[in-house]
Amino acid sequence: MTTGKTGAPHDRVDGRAKVTGQARYAGEFTAPDLVHGFVVTSAIARGKIVRIDAAEALALPGVLQVYTHENAPRLAWRDRSWRDMVAPGGSPLRPLHDAEVQFSGQPIALVVAESFELAREAAGLVKVDYEAAPHETRLAEVEAEAHEPARGKKGYTPPPKPRGRADEALAAAPVRVEATYEHPPLHHNPMEPHATTVIVEADGSLTIHDKTQGVTNSRDYVCKVFGLASDQVRVVTPFVGGGFGSGLRPQYQLFLAVLAARELRRSVRVVLSRQQMFTIGYRPWTRQRVALGAERDGRLRALIHEAVGNTSRFEDYCENVVPWSGVLYECPNTRLEYGVAALDLYTPIDARAPGAVTGLWALESAIDELADALDIDPLALRLKNYAEEDQDHRRPFSSKALRDCYREGAARFGWHRRSLAARSMREGALQIGWAMATGIWEAQQAPSQAKALLTADCRLHVASASGEIGPGTYTIMSQIAAEQLGLPLAAVRFELGDTALPPAMIQGGSATASSVGSAVLAVCRALQHSLLKLAQTMPDSPFGGRALEDVEFVDRSLRLCSGVAPAVPIAAIMRHAGLGSIAEQTTAIPDLARQSRYTSNAHSAVFVEVAVDEALGTVTVRRVVSAVAGGRILNPKTARSQILGGVVWGIGMALEEHSMLDHGLGRFVNHNLGEYHVPVHADVPAIDVVFVEERDDVVNPLGVKGLGEIGIVGVAAAIANAVFHATGRRIRELPITLDKLL
Amino acid sequence: MNRFGYTRAGDVAEAVHAAAGDDAAQFIAGGTNLVDLMKERIAAPSRLIDITRLPLRAVKSLPDGGLEIGALVSNSDVAYHPEVASRYPLLSQAILAGASPQLRNMASTGGNLLQRTRCYYFYDAALPCNKRAPGSGCPARDGVNRIHAILGASEHCIAVHPSDMCVALAALAATVHVTGPAGARAIEFAEFHRLPGDAPERDTTLQPGELVTAVALPREGFAAHSTYLKVRDRHSYAFALVSVAVGLRMVDGTIAEARLALGGVAHKPWRDPTAEALLRGQRPDDALFAAVGEHLVRDARGCGHNDFKIALVRRAVVRALQQAVAGGPRA
Amino acid sequence: MLPGMGDDTCAITLKVNGSTLRLQVAPWTTLLDLLRERLGLTGSKKGCDHGQCGACTVLVDGVRINSCLSLAVMRDGASVTTIEGLAEGDALHPLQQSFIEHDAFQCGYCTPGQLCSAVGLIAEGHAHSEDDIRELMSGNLCRCGAYPNIVAAIGQAMRPRRDA
Repeated sequence: MTTGKTGAPHDRVDGRAKVTGQARYAGEFTAPDLVHGFVVTSAIARGKIVRIDAAEALALPGVLQVYTHENAPRLAWRDRSWRDMVAPGGSPLRPLHDAEVQFSGQPIALVVAESFELAREAAGLVKVDYEAAPHETRLAEVEAEAHEPARGKKGYTPPPKPRGRADEALAAAPVRVEATYEHPPLHHNPMEPHATTVIVEADGSLTIHDKTQGVTNSRDYVCKVFGLASDQVRVVTPFVGGGFGSGLRPQYQLFLAVLAARELRRSVRVVLSRQQMFTIGYRPWTRQRVALGAERDGRLRALIHEAVGNTSRFEDYCENVVPWSGVLYECPNTRLEYGVAALDLYTPIDARAPGAVTGLWALESAIDELADALDIDPLALRLKNYAEEDQDHRRPFSSKALRDCYREGAARFGWHRRSLAARSMREGALQIGWAMATGIWEAQQAPSQAKALLTADCRLHVASASGEIGPGTYTIMSQIAAEQLGLPLAAVRFELGDTALPPAMIQGGSATASSVGSAVLAVCRALQHSLLKLAQTMPDSPFGGRALEDVEFVDRSLRLCSGVAPAVPIAAIMRHAGLGSIAEQTTAIPDLARQSRYTSNAHSAVFVEVAVDEALGTVTVRRVVSAVAGGRILNPKTARSQILGGVVWGIGMALEEHSMLDHGLGRFVNHNLGEYHVPVHADVPAIDVVFVEERDDVVNPLGVKGLGEIGIVGVAAAIANAVFHATGRRIRELPITLDKLL
Repeated sequence: MNRFGYTRAGDVAEAVHAAAGDDAAQFIAGGTNLVDLMKERIAAPSRLIDITRLPLRAVKSLPDGGLEIGALVSNSDVAYHPEVASRYPLLSQAILAGASPQLRNMASTGGNLLQRTRCYYFYDAALPCNKRAPGSGCPARDGVNRIHAILGASEHCIAVHPSDMCVALAALAATVHVTGPAGARAIEFAEFHRLPGDAPERDTTLQPGELVTAVALPREGFAAHSTYLKVRDRHSYAFALVSVAVGLRMVDGTIAEARLALGGVAHKPWRDPTAEALLRGQRPDDALFAAVGEHLVRDARGCGHNDFKIALVRRAVVRALQQAVAGGPRA
Repeated sequence: MLPGMGDDTCAITLKVNGSTLRLQVAPWTTLLDLLRERLGLTGSKKGCDHGQCGACTVLVDGVRINSCLSLAVMRDGASVTTIEGLAEGDALHPLQQSFIEHDAFQCGYCTPGQLCSAVGLIAEGHAHSEDDIRELMSGNLCRCGAYPNIVAAIGQAMRPRRDA
């Protein structure tokens, strides 16, 4: 059996569990005393509940209780107790807190019954009378009142100060483009609806299976809100059926399930219906203006990017929409602005590549518009303005293989065969468009811990309270650990998703491989160190005076890299030391002193071919090449899948997805998967993923940049650009549904 | 779902008898729409009469050369039935353009006829809707109406019928056979579904307690020159924004007979004999096809978001007629 | 009698993954809820509960259907195969093996439905190209976007049959 390695295309270690139906998700844990909660949500967007009548629901045999603001216990009163790790500034939603309704779909009651069917039926019998107040859900109406977001959201960086004089430079530029781009609110819709199962243990403590991207976040939230000690609450979530950001913050079903379990002293499960998945956070509705000024040879002289995204009235959700525009292209005069405007909707939440997806949709559309105005090949224009350093922070990139992405992507796509003019490629009734766009995402690392237990039979158990929302965390962590200790992959078990384990960063922002991977690496290095020390005490040890750099772990053995002495089995080292096992626990902390001297980003170049039916307006994506510079690739197989997923999301965003608001009602109305269109099999063509070589020893000890986000960034712009190339029609409001092309 | 009684019927008489006198009882076969509606409390039957064991699963040739499809034949079995696929390819195409394989495996022929609209507001029990709660109002008219009707709508309702199969059946001029407390009768397809008028809660002309037992296809299936063109928001598994079913009988390069029905535009599959008459006796020609498209939307009215459907119908009709003349969708 | 559901339940017999079960079910219990809540077979997933995602796909008498829209009581006498019944002991079904090899899933939540649907698809015999597979698998959404790998996995599992 060979040593597990990073860089090799391993099958997922949790694959068998997933293809046999054994992988268990939050709403699938159970207990003998389990009862079921079903949420009642508000029908109005703003106002007050004047009467809530649960009598008919309570009269059904088997209905245990209906919780409303009238009978829910009073809990923590400070906002900060309700603020989770990644909450934006403001006052978080407190479900069932009072009679006030702040958005349509707000949870206003929880019906608890002996069975799911009964709880759902009883929920329909709860009668609510409202006193409605005027609401506003139109972004255009509040855009002028946009404000700087309140502080507090982790990872948010206000736009950099202007460089040069962008407005003057724009006015003076020989070639200018200026346009407004918009996309609607978009709901994540992971396949697994949000769900929480709270199991009340014999000692009264709670074991909670919550659909979350951060078990620690859920645990801390529950402890703060309900005033519980951290040893009274354990959150265990071994599998998450897709997150994409929707599980970054605790969703209201967690609160409601815990509330009911504590009141009833019974285990409770609350699962949101698909309709209710449209009552939680979403990618915010955003309007952006981009203005570019250039010399006739294509050199950028001015870049202005202004964006306004929606938030709720009670929190300032914010994201990094515009900073990318100052980093991606060399331009002496830039002005980047961002604000948020409050609507009577729930607070948005990070959605796959938050901010970058939005900003790059506008920027990369505008660059394409400029290329068209200049009559220059869009790829050539991008190369002409290629940024060699981060001008906003005046620092180098720790690595940037974007040029290789452009080159490799173009070669795979056959870009040189493209004809420059729009409407110049055709196949019968179909107009063909070829276009491209650039993607960018920030490489990040956050502190994380891991522990490891190596037993004398050479089995290694590594654990960290990270998550598995689908990227392949179990697999790559096992690979890292196996490689470090020279073990076959099957000898390693990686455990995650449990607050009883050492804490890890929340799973988001493409930072799990970087952060938790570094912790796994560190804890395995600690094991290596212990083993080397023990080996040095063996009689005639070849390792005397040797450091870790001089040795390697291969085939369950320790040996000198020079190979001059025979390898010593790990089992023999432990036997000699009289140890049945060795345990280590380590925290990996980013080397901020070094990292802060550089800007670290992942990049991509996305090439797309579309076919547009000229008469009917239907758009078909026929092929996609995504060339990615994402640092070191730990597992090419799972890495490719992450990019595929990003591209599919990009197709959805560009052509299909749209959470439609009825402004009269202030409510999302297409709240189901029949009418909120996400891509289906038939929408998705062959997708060619290329990882270009990129070495980076600054970002983290593994040299990885993370792949969860980069695959989607730029895709919507690439498709919109391709639609332009096909039809000569520039669509600046997503999604590009056929009505916009008729 | 509400609490309801459950009865399993063994034959048609038993089923009809079980439903008699209880207007709130409903027949159930595939369940793909009814169970869905019951979960949202949009349908709340007092009793479900399970008709899946009734002997209505045959596809058989009729003495007049037509074909009778039993009400319980699944959509998949109809679509892939060799007689249907060869003689009525329009019907096969329409069925396969709808829903998903799983749903087509479950859904019955009779049930497909009785599908209810996919209007957002009808499906959201928290909102007013004249079809769901008569007299409560129609928020779609001034709301989000991208998928709504441009033809035959009323001030009370602008919902559209969601079926693809029914558009083909309208073009084929099928007959619906039903049995009820008053006995058996046959309903011309064009008369089976109704326009909303002031009673949008009623989708069909079925009388209380009547059970669909079969759909009969006439002898002419337009196999050589037919097509089903479906225009939708994604490439599969989406309801039609506009669909066109066309059947032509061509004699020496001239259109001897034409059938044309539209889906996604009205409360029922939209068939306009005056548009068909424009084609009869003519040689195929794009200008003629455009005139037919124009004629079909002469009374069309949009509500805002769905205005595009008027232009889309014009274009889809031309494309569908071109395809039909050429022999079919892939020709 | 089901807890809290009154006494109006019906006796049915179901063969589930080869085992014959005699059950009392309320008429409003869907096949999906029966499998997940009563029988502990949580492999079949609830993604939408409205037949709009395919995560609940199971095989009833060998035919793929959406179990969320099927009332259990109406399946009296039927044979149901769920994801838990595809493998024979430790030996995975060829499609399961192919899904692993092609990395045809990420979060895994749609996977049981995709697999049962693919078993049904192959049995139906109407898919003759990758485009056919795409069209005839479109009733199974995958939000992680594993579609290209799913199509490849099914294509591989079909190949020996086609060559035969």
